[in-house]
Amino acid sequence: MTTSTLGAPAPGRRFAGGLLKTRELGIVLALVVLIAYTAIDNPRFLSGQSIRDNLLNTAILAVMAAGQAVVVITRNIDLSVGSVLAISAFTVATMMSDNPGLPMIVAIVVGIAVGAVAGLVNGVLVRYGKVPALVVTLGTMYIFRGLVYSWAGGQQVNADELPAHFLSFANDNILGIPWLVLIALVVVGGVSLMMRNYRIGREMYAIGSSPDAAELAGIKVARNLIVAFILSGAAAGLAGVLFAARFGTVDASAGTGYELNVVAAVVVGGVAVFGGSGTVWGAGLGALLLTVISSALAVLDINQFWQQAIVGSLIILAICADRLVAVRIARSLRKRDAHV
Amino acid sequence: MSEVKKRLTSWDSIIILLTIVVLIIASATVDNFGTSRNFTFMVLDLLPIILIALPMTMIIVTGEIDLSVASTLGFTSALMGWFWNNGLSIEMIIPLCIVIGAICGVLNGFLITVLGLPSLAVTIGTLALFRGLAFVVLGDGAVADFPFSYTDWVTGTLGSSPVPNVLILIVILALIFGIVQHATPVGRALYAIGANDKAAHFSGIRVARTKFWLYVVSGAVAGLVGVLWTLRYSSARADNGSGLELAVVAAVLLGGVSIFGGKGSLPGVLAGVVLLAALQNALRLEDVSGQALNIVTGALLVLSVLLPNIATAVRGNWHRRRLRQAAANAQ
Repeated sequence: MTTSTLGAPAPGRRFAGGLLKTRELGIVLALVVLIAYTAIDNPRFLSGQSIRDNLLNTAILAVMAAGQAVVVITRNIDLSVGSVLAISAFTVATMMSDNPGLPMIVAIVVGIAVGAVAGLVNGVLVRYGKVPALVVTLGTMYIFRGLVYSWAGGQQVNADELPAHFLSFANDNILGIPWLVLIALVVVGGVSLMMRNYRIGREMYAIGSSPDAAELAGIKVARNLIVAFILSGAAAGLAGVLFAARFGTVDASAGTGYELNVVAAVVVGGVAVFGGSGTVWGAGLGALLLTVISSALAVLDINQFWQQAIVGSLIILAICADRLVAVRIARSLRKRDAHV
Repeated sequence: MSEVKKRLTSWDSIIILLTIVVLIIASATVDNFGTSRNFTFMVLDLLPIILIALPMTMIIVTGEIDLSVASTLGFTSALMGWFWNNGLSIEMIIPLCIVIGAICGVLNGFLITVLGLPSLAVTIGTLALFRGLAFVVLGDGAVADFPFSYTDWVTGTLGSSPVPNVLILIVILALIFGIVQHATPVGRALYAIGANDKAAHFSGIRVARTKFWLYVVSGAVAGLVGVLWTLRYSSARADNGSGLELAVVAAVLLGGVSIFGGKGSLPGVLAGVVLLAALQNALRLEDVSGQALNIVTGALLVLSVLLPNIATAVRGNWHRRRLRQAAANAQ
């Protein structure tokens, strides 16, 4: 953890911070090796179009991973994100096809609001209902999905029913950067900054390290937990808008199974499932790595069917690496204590 | 509160009662629900969830989780098709698939108990890994020409009675798991581990070894279900059973098992599975979309934990108020 706002970091913390930095460095290295290897095999992998496609494919996953990372850092989990994406995507797509005149910003705000409400429900149930996050979000995963199905039935919103400015949003650029990518960068960057430099972020880490100790230290655990779930819901809601704009066709099954991809990105990105460590931008890198792997496989002409097996191995590798780092930190701290 | 009253108001008793009520109401009001044919279908529908739920209950009671079961199922199903295409006899394939399922469990058990990694993260990883291997083995193709004698046994009934053959398998396995969990030292050890694994360790329970074997058993059962699934639909596909892991976890939690471990009973879980299957079946007969039923599943899942918590809070309030009154009276 890099702790710049909490005064001078203790030596142990600085050491841990160094190791965690290498954790994200590991993902960057893996990315560089993968891209270099693929590019040597086929230089077109580094063409503008290919990079653009990769970034566009990452954007939706990265936005959801940023919200999920915050929840996981507080030692919770949000499995409802795939269903929240579907509710938001269907709401926004229906709204835009009924009122084609609405500007894009309204779509984005509505999507985020829908997601935030879903997140609020999760947060309240977890905190005030004292129901474990895994149970709540597994339940709301089914409930939200069921709601979309009973609302949409077998219908879908097709691209030709959506206004042109909504669909072109996915491909429009500003300064050569697609809007989708820019939004993902802003979300990942903004949430990273919040978690790293602001009081609420540091409190999230404290809650994840030890919920009881955080409560005793006077941290408003209830408020922070609910904020974490609202963030994750809002991110999934935003992802729903991006999903609708990018794919144009939205039905009730949108985003089915995304929750596991998002958790995978977060875990590969170095956020420990038991909370208290990891970074949001690491989770963003995790999302990028997972996306690049699948496109690299296509370019390298490796059977696409290997993709999921590789992702699985990568997740296991990532948690083994985290375990190794944690054991090393614990050992070095113990050694230090022994000398005092 | 007396022991009897406590037992009657515990969640697993409530869920068993609720299941019976739903079964009675559905038989009385839904056309065709009580027919023997529908009974056969219902048993076949709940077969995969109920079998995988048996070891899953034990795993969750120890405070761990196994999310890779549905992928193990898909993997053994894909392997079954691949072996069959390569000319192995079905008598060879079935035990082989169960053993391979167990080996998947060995990998989980190794990562979780030997390396000490969190089971949630590990089994999300192996969920992707095993499903991926299933696709590597069989691609997106399907193998369908399994011998009729086996596919007929899985979908068939005992003689001319409405009792499906697989119900015998369910009853035998449920009895074995029930006895182990509720009437042996191993079963008691599971609850001790779930309540406090350090204390269990210091009282001489082999925590790591117990958990390791639970994952092996879970993998083996998932392998068996992969075989049964393949034979039931007479179709070996890599995506068989996708998403089933969350349905199983939902059924186990609905049956009153605490996600934190140490609490829950197998009868409650069995009732939970039957309740979900009966609701799904009845609503389908009433032409309610199966997907809308998700709302009921999810709501029951949340309520199964929320309601006992609210009850405890209310009881605590009531107790405190009585203490205050007693104190006021004494003055």
